[in-house]
Parts: sequence; structure tokens; C-alpha cells
Amino acid sequence: MERVAEPVRSAAPVRTWSEPLAFAVLVAILVLAPFVTYPLFVMQVMCFALFACAFNLLIGYVGLLSFGHALYFGWASYVCAHAAKAWGLTPELAILAGTLTAAAFGLIAGVLTIRRQGIYFAMITLALAQMMYFFALQAKFTGGEDGIQAVPRGRLFGIVNLHDDLAMYIVVLAIFLGGFLLIHRIINSPFGEVLKAIRENEARAVSLGYKTERYKLMAFVLSATLSGLAGSTKAIVMQIASLTDVNWPMSGEVVLMTLVGGLGTVFGPIVGAFVILAMQYKLAPVGEWVLVIQGVIFVACVLLFRRGIVGEVAHKFGIKL
Amino acid sequence: MFEIFGIPSQALFGQLLIGLINGSFYALLSLGLAVIFGMLNIINFAHGAQYMLAAFTAYILLTSFDIGYWPALVIAPILVGIFGMIVERLFLQWLYKLDHLYGLLLTFGLALIIEGTARNYYGSAGLPYRVPDSLQGGQNLGFMFLPNYRAWVIAASLAVCFGTWFLIERTRLGAYLRAATENPTLVRAFGINVPRMITLTYGFGVALAALAGVMAAPIYNVSPQMGSELIIVVFAVVVIGGMGSILGAIVTGFGLGVIEGLTKVFFPEASNTVIFVIMAIVLLVRPTGLFGRRA
Repeated sequence: MERVAEPVRSAAPVRTWSEPLAFAVLVAILVLAPFVTYPLFVMQVMCFALFACAFNLLIGYVGLLSFGHALYFGWASYVCAHAAKAWGLTPELAILAGTLTAAAFGLIAGVLTIRRQGIYFAMITLALAQMMYFFALQAKFTGGEDGIQAVPRGRLFGIVNLHDDLAMYIVVLAIFLGGFLLIHRIINSPFGEVLKAIRENEARAVSLGYKTERYKLMAFVLSATLSGLAGSTKAIVMQIASLTDVNWPMSGEVVLMTLVGGLGTVFGPIVGAFVILAMQYKLAPVGEWVLVIQGVIFVACVLLFRRGIVGEVAHKFGIKL
Repeated sequence: MFEIFGIPSQALFGQLLIGLINGSFYALLSLGLAVIFGMLNIINFAHGAQYMLAAFTAYILLTSFDIGYWPALVIAPILVGIFGMIVERLFLQWLYKLDHLYGLLLTFGLALIIEGTARNYYGSAGLPYRVPDSLQGGQNLGFMFLPNYRAWVIAASLAVCFGTWFLIERTRLGAYLRAATENPTLVRAFGINVPRMITLTYGFGVALAALAGVMAAPIYNVSPQMGSELIIVVFAVVVIGGMGSILGAIVTGFGLGVIEGLTKVFFPEASNTVIFVIMAIVLLVRPTGLFGRRA
């Protein structure tokens, strides 16, 4: 049976030149990007790239497909927007509030969902996310159909004015790279090795004495927290939190980004987020056809292109990416 | 007119009836999902989209070809069932050897394609579909008014559900089906064409969703998002009931519909979420679901 991600070949990760090189290229692109293209677009890509990386932590390294990650992204975005607008918190505290909300929801949802696996896991995460969508629809503070608009970006630590796009860009870049390196650290730590062992053969991991449910729960909470970090940052950058962020198509979109980029690859989710967002911008005039095109990409990826863009490149050149 | 727990009986029985109607659709759809999952090991995310597709087929048959409800009740499931079989041959058959999650992802993509196409041509607003003349009006039962069409939907879906149960659990064809679910290789060795059976099973499961779609058209408006809203609730129903038993799927479907209807009477704010809350509780108490067999 072909797995969702490529099996691990060696016990200890071999140090390769490809990952640091790719990382250097990524940083170079992100440093130069705001001078070449719209900074707002690149910031949005970074938010969704972090979201997709957080999602990939679960599907790529534990083999769990969550179909409800919009819950953490969207609710963190709401809480962050509310904290910045209604409570007047500084942006870093607002983002922290949103991220902690996502962590708490992740813990509750994780306890419920890790009891089931595979297909059931996907359905349960989707159903829980839909429940929280209805709460967001009915709650007063979310503003219902309007969402929370005109969220102030505020001053970082009360000093740096984030309404300046360049300052905002640097903050988002720092958050994105911080989150990315944290995920990279997690998957290469002993903890990450146990996660991969669970993905490969859970029964075996149990027989080796690992309490696999705890590892899976921990991974789930980490993934939810980082998704929350991405959602909170997005609320500050785009200055809006809305039902779109918390509804099921958003959960599908993050799956699509990761799938296009490459499940279980380090850089795949970033490439995927860029490709999907760029496509949405280019195709904005054709309206609802975007949905159809996304569907076609899903089908094409699953049938012909299961490694994703980065996965294919890595496979072709026999390197780790 | 009398009152129960301070609620007028009309409102209570009215919501109970709506609950039974919703329950009929939950049961039909979760039954289709369970049948497909049993044979193909795929969770058919496109189930809701196929249900919607059938409602639109009935709408188009009526408005463009002047073909009424009764013929549509037969034609739409056949057309959508054939569409399902084509999908299975073109796409799904390549996924059986892969992780089950790929089936979910592919059918999710299909659902997006179908829903997006419908939205492009018909917008997001609901289109009305008239109740057929032969089922207009209703019966006054003394304690409530029972519209004929709603009575028909409940009776028809009960009949279809138990017919499906009988087909799978009590006939020779059903025995082949259950055997092929357990061990396809061995069943093939006995000379039974398992791939064709898989195709037909998928077509049958999709046709069940299509039947529900046509029956739903006069009750809810025909709209592109009618399927995606429903399918997520049906997923929760499937998690609660477990997919191990057909009777379990039927009982859970109707039961949860009724509970949802009652919630609308006593605590309207929670009516959208009650099924998900029940799912969470069931997961805490019985992680395998109420009728689940496997640990």
C-alpha cells in the first residue's frame, strides 16, 4: 500500500546540502520579494505557507489527515482581531491571544479525535470544525456575516508602527521563519522520529513502549497552535477576520496547498501556498470557476502527481527537500 | 390544541415531523456512504454533490423537458448513478491500492468541481421545485396537520432503507457483496467479477444519494450548496453510528434527525450544532461509535 508520505529510509537523518541551500534561496527570495512584487501578497503567502506547514506536520509526519484545520486558523484570527480591535491590545499580545486560543481548541479537539484513525479522523475533524463554524456564525463578537473589519495593526510593543508595510513585512517574515524553523526542529528531534515511527507502524511503536496517543495528541496541539499563529498574523496583516477563514472550504484549501506542494516535504507547503494563492489572484475575474479549477487540481494531484511539486523535484534529483 | 412541557403541540409535532424528514435524508445518505465504504474502502466526499446533482437533474427535467416528479424519481437516480459509475471507472479504480485518504481527497475534488459548476450556471440562490399534484394537500390528524408529500418522503425512505438492508443481508447478490468486502481475491477465484461488482456498488450508493436528492427538491430549495451543508452532518452521523452495520446507519440517521428536530423546539440556538455535540460525547464514551464493530 502506498503511503501518504514516503517512508523514512534511514534511522538517523543524514545531513544534506539540499535543505540548507533551499532554505537560503527561500530567505533570499523573501528578502527581495517586497521590492519586486506587492508586499501584501507576499505577506499573505507567508501566512498561508505557515498554515500549510503546520498542517503538513500532521499529515506528512504523523499520517493524520485533518479536514478541519480552518477551526484553528479561523478562530485564532477572530480572537486576535477582537483583541486588537475591541480590547486595544498591541499586535504581539493579540497574536499571542489568538495562538493560545487555537492551542486550547487543539487540545480539546485532539483529545476527541485521536481516538479514531484514518478516514474517521478526517470526518471527525471536519465535523468539529463545522460545529465551531456555526458557533462563529452565531456568536456576537465575530460580527456574523460581516466578520471583524478594519482591525488596527497597531504598534508592535507599543513602539513600531505596523501600518508601515515594510515594518509589517519584517514582522511577518520573522514570524514565518520562526514558525518554519520550529517545525523543522520538531520533525528532526527525537520526538519527531517517534512521530514518523507512528506513521510507519503504530502497533510497532506501541510495542516499543511509546505511548503513541500522547505523541499524536502533542503533534495535534502543536499543529493547531502553529495554524493559530498563522491565522492571527493573517488577521493583523489583512486587517480582517471573517467566516471564510473558519468555514470548510478553508480546510480544503490548506489540504490542497500541501498536496500541490508535496505531502511530507519540508518546503512543499510553502510552494503550494504560493501556487494556490497566485492562482486565486490571477483567476479572480472568473469568479466561481476557481472552485472548479481547485477541484480539478485535487483530482489531478491525487491521480498523477501524488508527490507534489517539491516531492517530484526531490525525487527526480534524489535529494531531500 | 394542547401543550407539552409548555410547548404548543402543533410546534412540537411539526418539528418532530421535520426531524423525521431530515432523518430520512441522513439515513439514506449515510446508508449510501456505508455501502460504498464497505466495498471500495473510500469515503465518498462527493456524496453530497451527487445528491445536489440529482436535485438539479430533477429541476432541469421539469423546467426544460416538462418531465414531472414521478418520472424524475426514476430517471435522475439512474443518470446520476451512471455518472457515478463513469467516475469510478475513470478515477476511483486507480486508488484502491493506495492509502484510503487519497479516495477522500479525490472525491473532495470532485465535489468542488460539481458544486462550482452548478454555482456558475445557477448562482447560490435556491430554486423552487413544486410538490407534485398527486401529493398536494395533507391530512388533519387531530393533533397536527400532516402534508401528504412529507408523509410520502418518510414512508419511501424507510422502504428504500429496509429494501437495501434486505438486498445486502438476505439475498444471494448481497452475500457475494459481503464476501467480496471480506476477501475480494478469494471471491474472484470463485469466478465472480469483483471489479464490475465494485463499479455497480458505487453506482448503487450514488443512486441512493440521488434518490434522496430528488425527494429533497420539493422540501428544501434546489441550490448548489445543499449537498455540502448536508454531507458534513452526515459524516457526523456516520461517526456516531459507525459504518459496521446497515441497520445501525438507518437507526442513527432517523434518531439524530428526531433529536435535531426536538432541539429546534426546546433550544433553537443549538439546533445546528446538536449532532456535532452528540458526536463528541459518543467519541468520549464509545470511540468506535454506537454500532461500530471494530476496535
